[in-house]
Amino acid sequence: MIGIGMEGSANKIGVGIMLHPEDGSTPQVLANIRHTYVSPPGEGFLPKDTARHHRAWVVKLVKEALKEARVSVDQVDCICFTKGPGMGAPLQSVAVAARMLSLLWGKELVGVNHCVGHIEMGRLITGATNPVVLYVSGGNTQVIAYSSQRYRIFGETLDIAVGNCLDRFARTLHIPNDPAPGYNIEQLAKQGKQLVDLPYVVKGMDCSFSGILAAIDGLAASWGLGGEERAREDAQAQNAAAAAADQNQDQDSKPTRADLCFSLQETVFSMLVEITERAMAHVGSKQVLIVGGVGSNERLQEMMGIMARDRGGSVYATDERFCIDNGIMIAQAGMLAYGTGFRTPLKEATCTQRFRTDEVFVQWRD
Amino acid sequence: MAEYKPPTLPSPFTNTTPPPTLLTQGAEAHVYKTASLDPAIPAALKIRPSKPYRHPILDRRLTRQRIIQEARCLFKLIKEGVSVPGVLALDWEGHGGAESGWGGAWLLMEWVEGAVVRVVLERWEAWMKQNEASLNPVQREREEASARALLKRMGATIGALHKAGVIHGDLTTSNLMLRGSPQDNTATTTTENGASMKGDIVLIDFGLASQSVQDEDRAVDLYVLERAIGSTHPRSEPFFDALVQGYRESHRGAPSTLKRLEDVRMRGRKRSMIG
Repeated sequence: MIGIGMEGSANKIGVGIMLHPEDGSTPQVLANIRHTYVSPPGEGFLPKDTARHHRAWVVKLVKEALKEARVSVDQVDCICFTKGPGMGAPLQSVAVAARMLSLLWGKELVGVNHCVGHIEMGRLITGATNPVVLYVSGGNTQVIAYSSQRYRIFGETLDIAVGNCLDRFARTLHIPNDPAPGYNIEQLAKQGKQLVDLPYVVKGMDCSFSGILAAIDGLAASWGLGGEERAREDAQAQNAAAAAADQNQDQDSKPTRADLCFSLQETVFSMLVEITERAMAHVGSKQVLIVGGVGSNERLQEMMGIMARDRGGSVYATDERFCIDNGIMIAQAGMLAYGTGFRTPLKEATCTQRFRTDEVFVQWRD
Repeated sequence: MAEYKPPTLPSPFTNTTPPPTLLTQGAEAHVYKTASLDPAIPAALKIRPSKPYRHPILDRRLTRQRIIQEARCLFKLIKEGVSVPGVLALDWEGHGGAESGWGGAWLLMEWVEGAVVRVVLERWEAWMKQNEASLNPVQREREEASARALLKRMGATIGALHKAGVIHGDLTTSNLMLRGSPQDNTATTTTENGASMKGDIVLIDFGLASQSVQDEDRAVDLYVLERAIGSTHPRSEPFFDALVQGYRESHRGAPSTLKRLEDVRMRGRKRSMIG
């Protein structure tokens, strides 16, 4: 069985082609390509512009994917697309493309929940059987565990997603959005040494990030670390990184931009690891799987690894090819559903901004 | 994978006889069974080891804050007559007697003999699943009524807690105990009248507790429990209204808290906006 997956719930458009061999052996990735809409430093991606980007790229990417996979249209069994959750306009443009291909080629459609896509891809790549899942990205922050045919949400953010918190702080500091704001924060944080006091907000299994963002934005403003000017200076100072490191030796000195990134990461990741650990203790699981764009952050993976080791378990994480939104994860989850007979009739092949992980009936697991 | 070793015990627990036995590794702390002063007096020792994944400064701040907060809340609740384990001793500085310090903190509490509600409910759900077919409607109703009664008593206990001005912060069925209930999971569950669900409810693990009398905090407390029951005991989920009823009758502020609970339920991201 061969399926095409189309993803475009945020600023990435991805097309992937998966093969599920008939004999039931491990599924194979035939093609996984993606194009990212990058907005200028200091700005986020707007739905309108992102949708335009997706519309411009979708046909090209599908063609390219088919070529890379060496698959002809006849061999394709189904077209899987992201039904939600995500940004409205980008989701719509991909749903329209999926419907168009379905009519053009006479293939059946499978609407996929984006979060379930992440989980299924993570499980496939890492081989984790029944892990507690931490799903962290620009739009979602959830701790999920599987129980009786549902991916149940144990804890989640009460306001903004952790990736959104990092991205918006990157905007405050005018850190480039290329390849990703979170990635650039991670690199800058490596030079940070001094831990700045930030709020630490865990409510039971849930957490909250908007207050932390406001606090660190305020700190950046009061230390005069935000804005374009400082970003330029920082870029110039990169060559003199050694000098900056010396400056940091003094613990009481004024925090640097790197220190703020460092402190933000340390604080929010500690919160995430804490709620994940609580979920693991509660369900008695020793495996933890990190998925979503923020999951490619190596500091988060490291912290999670230490926590899992101390519990006698292990952490499963994937790299940016599978962590960050992509088409194959949609194909993977869609084909699992397709295999159990799930279809999305053309009439219902719409998209929705609100689609909770626990709404999906997971028929393919027991 | 690296071999797992539980963290070493702080002094003075390194040389007590018999040595403390590890009961559970919670998310935040390890709980040991040990003795207080006299080997005949059992006690629960809660150790919050330092969390190596966290930045040392942040770790210190959180560990210290939480153990002190926990002891304060327990102390207050004992005074108010709420059913919680009493505080026997604590160390928040984390020296463990040594100068160097081990970064953690510990709290010694009164021993509660019994099982956690999670085990009790799991036992009941398993039993129901097994015997569902052979039950007649009357028996079935009786079984469900005893589960409801348990949840109602839980609600009343939580009400007493809130009335005393304390928020638990992490209410799950693992943090509620049934005093006197057999701990053993294999214990016979064939009692027809659900006798295994009798006993006093004791609240434990105040690691995330805080002091507040606001409806918002109280409602979030209840919501956390509601979700925990939904995700761990799907069969008992429909009985949550019994818990709400028990809570409603517990203190005067309860109705307004429950009203707030309705609002809290509507939060969370990406909920369907129908209705």
